[in-house]
Formats: sequence, C-alpha cells, structure tokens
Amino acid sequence: MGNTSYLETIKTARELFEDLSFSYPGEWKKKGESRKIIGFLPIYIPKEIIHAAGMLPVGIFGAGDRIPVIKGDAYFQSYICHLPRTVIELVLNGNFDDFDGFIFPSICDVIRNLSGIFQLKIKDKFVRYLDFPQNFEESIGGVFYRSELERLITDFEKMNGIKVTPEKLNASIVLYNENRRLMQELELIRNTDPYKIPAVDFYLVQRAGNVMSVEDHNDYLKKLLPLLQDSNFEKEDKIRVVVSGSFCEQPPIGLIKTIENAGCYIVEDDFQLGHRWHSKDINYKTDDPIGSLVDSYLNDSTYSSAVYEGDKPKGDLLANRVKELKADGVIFCAPSFCDPALLDRPLLEKAMDRHHIKHSNFQYHENLGQFHVIKEQAGTFADMIKLWE
Amino acid sequence: MNVFLGIDLGSTTSKAVIVDKDGHIIGRGITNTRSNYEVAAQIAQNEAEFNSRFTLLHRRLKTDSNGSFDWGDIISQLENRFHYLQYRYRFYRLIEVMFENAALLENKELSGKVTTLLKKIQDDMLIDVEEKFLNGAISLSSDFFRDIFSTGYMQAIQDEDKSYYDQLVALYDRSITPVENEKLNFDFAQLAEEAIELLPEKSFQEDTDFRKNLDEVELLSLEPTDYIGTGYGRQLLPFEEKHIKSEILCHAMGAHAVFPGTRTVLDIGGQDTKAIQVDKYGLVTSFQMNDRCAAGCGRYLGYIADEMSISVGELGPLAMNADYEANICSTCTVFAGAELREYLNLGEKKENVLAGLHKAIVQRAFALLARSGGVRNEFTFTGGVARNQAVVKYVSQMVEQNYGKIKINCHTDSIFMGALGAALFSSRRK
Amino acid sequence: MDIQKENSMIKQKHMLAEQFIELSQVKETGKKVVYTFVPGNLTELIYAFDMLPVYPEINSLQSGMRQKSKEYIQEAEDMGYSEDVCSYVKCDIGMMLQGNIGPTGQQLPNPDILLLSYTGCFVFMKWFENLKQLYPNAEIAMLHIPYQESGKIEANAVKYIKDQLINEVIPTFEKVSGQKFDNDKLGEKMDLSAKAEELLIEIFDSAENTPSPIDAYFGGVYYIGPIFTAFRGSEDCLEYYQELLKEVNYRVANKLGPITPEGYMKEEKFRLVVEGPPNWTHFRGFWKLFYDMGAVFVGSTYTRVGGVYDDGFRHSSNDSIKSMAEYCLGCYTNRNIPQRIDLIESFITKYKANGFLVNSIKSCNSFSAGQLVMMRDLEERLEIPVGFIETDLVDPRYYSYSNIKNRLDSFFQMLDQRQSFNIGDDIVPDDVLT
Repeated sequence: MGNTSYLETIKTARELFEDLSFSYPGEWKKKGESRKIIGFLPIYIPKEIIHAAGMLPVGIFGAGDRIPVIKGDAYFQSYICHLPRTVIELVLNGNFDDFDGFIFPSICDVIRNLSGIFQLKIKDKFVRYLDFPQNFEESIGGVFYRSELERLITDFEKMNGIKVTPEKLNASIVLYNENRRLMQELELIRNTDPYKIPAVDFYLVQRAGNVMSVEDHNDYLKKLLPLLQDSNFEKEDKIRVVVSGSFCEQPPIGLIKTIENAGCYIVEDDFQLGHRWHSKDINYKTDDPIGSLVDSYLNDSTYSSAVYEGDKPKGDLLANRVKELKADGVIFCAPSFCDPALLDRPLLEKAMDRHHIKHSNFQYHENLGQFHVIKEQAGTFADMIKLWE
Repeated sequence: MNVFLGIDLGSTTSKAVIVDKDGHIIGRGITNTRSNYEVAAQIAQNEAEFNSRFTLLHRRLKTDSNGSFDWGDIISQLENRFHYLQYRYRFYRLIEVMFENAALLENKELSGKVTTLLKKIQDDMLIDVEEKFLNGAISLSSDFFRDIFSTGYMQAIQDEDKSYYDQLVALYDRSITPVENEKLNFDFAQLAEEAIELLPEKSFQEDTDFRKNLDEVELLSLEPTDYIGTGYGRQLLPFEEKHIKSEILCHAMGAHAVFPGTRTVLDIGGQDTKAIQVDKYGLVTSFQMNDRCAAGCGRYLGYIADEMSISVGELGPLAMNADYEANICSTCTVFAGAELREYLNLGEKKENVLAGLHKAIVQRAFALLARSGGVRNEFTFTGGVARNQAVVKYVSQMVEQNYGKIKINCHTDSIFMGALGAALFSSRRK
Repeated sequence: MDIQKENSMIKQKHMLAEQFIELSQVKETGKKVVYTFVPGNLTELIYAFDMLPVYPEINSLQSGMRQKSKEYIQEAEDMGYSEDVCSYVKCDIGMMLQGNIGPTGQQLPNPDILLLSYTGCFVFMKWFENLKQLYPNAEIAMLHIPYQESGKIEANAVKYIKDQLINEVIPTFEKVSGQKFDNDKLGEKMDLSAKAEELLIEIFDSAENTPSPIDAYFGGVYYIGPIFTAFRGSEDCLEYYQELLKEVNYRVANKLGPITPEGYMKEEKFRLVVEGPPNWTHFRGFWKLFYDMGAVFVGSTYTRVGGVYDDGFRHSSNDSIKSMAEYCLGCYTNRNIPQRIDLIESFITKYKANGFLVNSIKSCNSFSAGQLVMMRDLEERLEIPVGFIETDLVDPRYYSYSNIKNRLDSFFQMLDQRQSFNIGDDIVPDDVLT
C-alpha cells in the first residue's frame, strides 16, 4: 500500500483523468484574457510552441468506457477504431466547448480524416492537421517542418495577438526540458524498480501531464518523486515486460491493471509516448529556437509506428531497448483496427524472434469491459517466462 | 371480394395482413419463420384469411342485426375456440409423429418406456392449454404452436422419470421440425362449425342473420386481387419480382398509414435494424440499416435469452425490474455474452445486467438513427422488438435525452407494419 | 473478364500483355524494376530512366479478380497480420510469399527500387516498411507527399516534394539505372500525359449526356487503367484514349448506354455518383446488381484516385518537377474531407445524378473514415437520396451478397418512389385500423 501523501498525490492525477468536462483547463483559461486551450490528438506535438503562444496544450485521448457512444457510432463504420467515436461524442456533447482549437498530428488516415470532420462540424474553432516530415534531411524535411511550425505560429498569433518571440519560445523550451527530465527520473525508477509505482498510477501521472500546465506538472512531479522512495509497495515476483502498440487509442485502466496483476511489471510502455518523444534536452541557448525544435525532431526523436523508419529498423530499436531495460519480454497490445500498430506488429515480432526476445500479443478497444482472456494470456506469458529462466 | 395481401417474411416471424379495397385492415396472421419459408408464409396468410372472415362476419352483424346479442364478444369467443381447434389438430399431428419416432428407437426397452410416458402426459398437456385458449390467455395470433407445445411438454416431462428426460427432449427436437414444415389444410367452415359446438351458450344461433352471414362469409372468396411480399426473406418467397418490395418502403408505408404524423421510423427486427426518414406523404427520404454486425437486433436478444436459459418474452419484464443498468460496453454480441457472464459471476443481479443489455441495444439503434438524420416529430417505433417493454422504455428515454419532446408512437400491431405497408402498396397499384 | 470487346479494350489488353512480357524478360534486357503505388505515381519519371514500374496494389486487385486473394490473405494472416488491417497489403505479401506470380502466370521480377510515394494513404508507408524487409536488396526512395489539410496546394508542400525529388528520388534513379536525368526526355512524356489527360476528362464528361455513354465506376476502372498505371506518358496510352473517345462519341451519337458484360446497357433508370473503391473479388456480380436495375454510374471518386484532372490540372513540361509535385498533392485521397465533398457535389450536379451511393471499404480508412459524414452533408446540401453499402477490396469474407442486395433493393425502390410519385397519389385511408 502506498503512504497517505503518495495516495493523495495520485488522487489528484486520477481526478484529472476522470474529469471529462475538462474543468482544469477551463479554470486555467479564466485567469487571462488571451489564454486559449489547444486540444491535440496522439501522439506528439511540439507543446513548446503552444505554451510560448500563451496557450494550454491539452491531450485528447478519447473517453474510454466512461461515456456511452451514440453519435460517435453514427460517424464511423464498425471497422474503424474506437477512439474517434468518443472524441466525436465529447465534441457533440459540448465537453470541448472551452477549447479554442484542435491539432491532429499525422499518425494515421483515421485521425487525418477526423480533422476533416472537425473542419466541417466545428467551423468557429481552429482546426489543424499537422504533417510531420517523413524525410529526415535537415535541408529537405527540416525546411518543410520549419515552414509548418511557422505557419502554426502565425495562426496562433491571429487567435490571441501574442507574438511568439525567440525569448518566449526559449523560456517554454526550458520548462519542457525540465518536465522531460523529471519524467525521465520517474521513468528511471519504473525501469529499475517498477514495484515502486503501480502501472496505473504511473499512467495517471503521465496523463496529468497532458492536462495540467507544464508549470503545474513540474511542481507535481517534484512533489511526487521523493514520495516514491518510500511508497510502501512491496516487491513481488513478477516478470518485467515492455508493452508496445498502445500509443494512440488508450488501453482501459482495467487492462493496465490486469497486465500487472497477472504477473507482469510494465517497465516501459508507449501509452503516452509524446512525453518521451525527444530523448535529449532541446537547445534553448539560441536565437533560433524553432530551429532547435526542428533539429531535435529530426535527430533526437523516438522511433514510432507513425514515423517512417528509414534506415533505422524499429524492430532492432525495440529489441535494444528491451535489452537495456533487462526486460523479460514484450507484450504487443494494440487497439483493434489500428493500422499503424497492427501493420508494425508482424515486423516487430519477427525482430523479437531474431533477438530471442519472448513476446505475446492481444488487441483491445478503449471501452473494453472484461479482461478475463487478457488476464489468462498475460498470466500464461509470465509463467512461461518464469519457467524458462 | 377485392382484398389485398401483404406478407412480411422476417428472420424470426412471418406476418400477413389483408386489407380491403379501401385500405382498411381486415385480417392479420403471424407465425414463426421456419426452414420452409413457403410454409411459413402460407400459415401466416391462412391465419390472416381466417381472421378476415371473423372480421367480415362481425362487420355484417354489426350492420344487419337489431342488437340483441353482443356480437363482438361472441365472435371473439368463437375465434378463441377456432384457434384452439387448429392447435388441437397440430397437437395430435405432432404427437403422432413423436410416437412414430419413438417406435423407431433401436433400444426397444427405451422405445417402450418413452411411448408409455408420452401416452401418459399427452391428454393433460392438451387439457392444460384448452382452458387458456378458451379464455384468451393464449392465442395463435400472438403465441406460436411450437412455443405453446414445447412449454407444456417440457413442464410435463420435468415431473416424470428423470432418466428419460434427455430422450424425451431429443424426441421433440426430432419431430417438431418436419411437422412444422408440413403444409396445413384447414377448412374454415368446418372448424367454425366445430368452434360453435364448443361455445357454452348457443342461443345466438337462433338469430337468422347470424346463420345467413356465417354461411356467406364461409363461402366468400378471399383470394387476393394483388399481393406483395417483403421482409428479410422476401427473395425466398415463391413470388415474381413485381410482387416483391423492399422492407424499408413497406415499414415506412405501414408506420405512416397507422400514424400519419410519422416522420422518423425505427424498426428493430430479428436480423436488421432500420432507421427511416419519411416525408408527409410517407415517402422514404433516407434510411440506414445496421452494418454487418447484428448486435442491436432482435437476434441479439435471442442470443442473450439462450445464454441465460430463459425465453425471449421474459427478458423485457425482468429488465423492467432492475434497480439500475449495469454498464455494458460491448456492442458485439459475442463480447456482450462474455460481459454478461462476467457480471453474473461477480454476483450482479441479472435484472440489472439485462437492463444494461437492453440499453446497449437501444444505443446501437440510436447511432443508426443519428446516421440517418436523427429523430423528427413524430417518431414511430415498429418491429418485433417494439413488443419488449424495456426496449420501449429506453427508446423513450433516449428520444427525450437526445432530441427533446417528441411524440412517440408504438402500437400493439407494430410487428405488422411491414406486412401492412406491403398490403397497402398492393392495394394502391391498380 | 469476358466483356463485349471494343477496340479500346483489345488495345488495353495488348498493352498489359506486353508489359508483363517485358517484366518477365528483365534478366535478359537488364531493365530495372521500380515498385511503387498508384496514387501519386511517377510513371513518366520512371520511364524517363527506361525503368519499368510494378504496382503492388494492381497485383492485389488482379489477385482479387482471379480469386486468389483469399489464399494470399490467409497466408499473411498466418504470419501474424491482423484480420483488421488492409487486405491489399496482406494479399500482396501473401502473393510474394507464394512466388510472386503475376496475373499472366509469369513471375514478377524483384524490385531494384522501392519507390515509396506516400500519397493520400498512411498504410502505403507501413506497406513499404514491410516490403523493405521482404526485398532487402532493393534501393529505397521515399517520397512523402503532405496532405492538403488547408484545402489548397501550399507552396511549402510543393517545395518539399521538389526537394525530395531532386535530392533523393532522382539521384536514386540515376544510381540504379546508370542513366543521367534528362529533363527533355521527361518533358516529352509529360506532354504526352497531358494530351491523354485531356481526353480522359472529355470521356468522363460524356456522362453529362442522357443516357450516359459510360459507366464511370465499373466501366471507369477500365478507362483509368492505362493512365493511372504503367502507361501514362506513352504514345500507346494516348492512342488508347483516342480510340476510347471515338467509341464514346459513337454511343453518344446513337443514344447508347455503356457496355456491360451483357452488352449495351438497356434502359437508364437511375444515374448515380459513387464514393469509394469497388470490390474486386465479386466484381462482375457486383456490377450486375446495378445494371440489372438500370443503374448507371455517371461519376465516381475512385476514378480520381490516381489523379484529379477535373479542376484543370495537367502534367506539364514547363516545370516537370513542379508539375509532378502538384500532381501528387492533388490526388483524391490526399484532399481533405471538405474538398472531397465539393468534388462529389460537382459530379452530382454536372452529371445530373439522382442518387449518391457510398461503397464503404473495410480495408481503406483513407477513403472510409468520414464517409458517413460526407454522405449526410451531401444529402442535406443537395437533397439527394443516399445509399450506403459495405464491402472490401480483395477480402472475399467481407462481401455479403444478400446484405448488399437487401440494401440496394431498398435504395433503388426509394429512388423509384421519389421519381414516380405525384402529389395526390396518396390513397391511404385515415383509419387503416378497423
């Protein structure tokens, strides 16, 4: 059992997670005339720019099993994943009324076309599909990415009149660098001693970082980290797994819990991959901070199913990571009908075989309500690995 | 006489409606759909034809007589007995086949035992239902032969030697299908006369009008001038193409005819759910049908009933007794079955789980309605599932939640809307 | 397919046969082979280097038509590909695993270059990542085409594509083919493309006639064959369209409908515009469901998948590289949802359609996600009756005849009712229930 301050701290994150009326961003917005809320879909966006424009980036990750879907089903055929259904339901129910704009990062055709639906249905708000370069040459993809970011900045300025100066952007980069470092500290604890923070709690802390302002999340993490040193959780006999494939439509809390309860410590996952998109600090000692963002995107970003792998095969990268983490195996856990994750899966599985890494796979949807089968499967996977050792 | 027939061959029930040349309904018939679609259609048509004769008899007596008898009551009692006689005929036919099948059993001892048991229970089984038929508690216009028989039979064999239970169930299963697929040839006049004999009070026979009109109605030709078939299995009807019409148009027409203010129709059938928008003339302006997944249709309820080993008819009343609705997330039949079991294992009340399932079905239907353009005033709910009170309750709730105050129409005849629409289409093409 | 043959059809058949012969002889001729995708294809550029293109999508489509896709898909699913994902990908991978035998029974050569023209479909990128592993010796060229999110062609997107073409694609082509880039040679092909494109639009627009002399969906997939695949920019391609236009003009002059597998279409009862690709595994039966009912497609979005020429774009030798960039950006599925709706609206209006149908393809989210919204929007905008059916590209498990027939029956009867109804016909009594 965690101690009282720990539980209190996690409770804050849980409340943010459960609050589908987004009252935290709503309250934040009330504190200043020019404040705007920008919702963004998975996986990654350069939040620094939004922050520098005096706006709050808020992650839109669906609603899991917490709302009934009626209108959302009217918008999408049965063979399309679940995430856009709850997003539509939330939009039409007015849950995003305080939001001023939405960014749809390029990740798949469904999210791309969802941006078009927003363009049609939400005419009075800012809607932007953001194409990230799949070409990683500075003089080609870099130039394109810069021009896209500049277009974004121009549009933000039209919304609230705030000019994104290099100074402002550098200051924002400093805050997000700090956030990344704090998150890395937290991740390191989990990587080495996953029992110190249950997987669900870790997840909620990450999710909080996609609702809170970066300033608040930094404070939050600074408060949480020392508490983990004696969070009072007991170390159990569980295998160490990396979970891969759940970067967009989120696994239900019950699923995360099930994996852990079935005997698998999650030492790394990609549920909230955006938090560790950049592996290093972004340079802020510059008069061209946009250049820093571009440079970091091209050279220091993670591999992902949404990004062309070029000459760096994802399978090998994942295998190396598994080895670094001394993980016992990989669980491929993808949402049903998720093109990026499911088309990567056979490649990644093959790579795991090449590297002699054990793996298992299952599919879910965000409103999955029963985990019996998954519990059996994850449990068997854990037992199998324990037997092999 | 000029009459027009509409047949709606659904995946679970087959319905027939007969209208006169002015488009008034004079007869309805319904039966369960079986492997032989032609027989199902024929039985539904026969039922509608018998029902028509009673309606016509009543019409005549109402206009011709001086009012000394309550013809409405008399005819309804007569019709109850008429149904009972039909049932009795089919009952004996089935028993006969069961004896034959019992005799064919290789194990002679078993064969003998089963035959004895069958002989023992058959009379009581018939007596049990006779009473219910005569007071109208069961009727072939709402209960099907197969269901009435099997309910009584299962009850009867429960009380007998348990070691033969499985054999007796198997015997029924083996016999019902061929019997159900046999064509039936009832003679209205003959059965009507027998039915009169069964009436306790026969003084009305002295009324000369009655005899005259009954004779005439018995002889009246009710061969349809024109007919149209519709429904899920319409392509399997032995009808020419011009006698086939899509169920969307028929349901819309039927619903609009009964409730002329209808602008949106929701029909939940066994195999398909349909959301239909109509204009003030009853013309379809748009429609949506469920996608390939059948969750949210009547079949889903059937699946759930099987899963819980109860009859479909019991689902609604149970769900009405829920304290709240258990949260069912799955829209998939298979997953919902698993969720159901998980809930029950966790000790959730079955009423609450059922309420959740009913709500989930209605949510599916509302997604379809939203796809077709939403709910407009007035809203008419039709199809077999519209007989389920719990579904009606959630439909009403969700109409109000999502579309505000809207007049909701739901008629006891809702299951006949498709057949009615088909009959009306055939009556208006001259 | 056994269809009443016209000269244009015979010509296309010859062109295809020759193409596959050429492909089967690359070992002898030394020609290099480029695997690439239909939307945003760089056929002129490939031929400017005397290389030969192969289109994995077309292979899958052909496998579907030849009833081979079921087994190929099974093969890929056995390897771990989910039932949920694109059947083109699975069919292609399955075919490759079973020896890469093309539609003519000849083995297809392995690629020397994998040209990933990532246009209007995210899955293309994943497809290529998978092909890359299957063909480890091929050179890779990646061409990322940004989405037209703003509803217009942005200058920075054109520059990005040009930069990729000049600095990456062309150098890779030079390296593999051993030839220097020749802008004039490319320009000649671009001009030939433009001429064929001009004719194609004339053919599409012939649907303004009543009866329509073309079926812009089932017939349309034949009409777009040469220009969207291996032949754009060739003399053969131009001749094909000249021949086709002659035939179309003949039908216009004689008030004839399009040719179906059972001869000239008899009576034109319904004029439809359709969104979404066709199903290939049951192509002929699917078509029959329409022509039997007297339904002709006067417009389709699928015939714009390899390029949209309706708003005036033509390939041009003026600045060939820029022209290719604009071509790629303009492909149908690279357009945003509002643009797609506008284009469909223009088809409905121009070709006087009286119904709009969505064939929602399970495999293809690029097309399918958002179709229900597009359909509602068009219904409200134009008060046009709409219909919705679901099939798949090459997965025969997702083609349910009775399901489709049931919906189409209702759709056609709804159209019929609306076309033939006169106010005053209403004879339903007020009191049907006695």
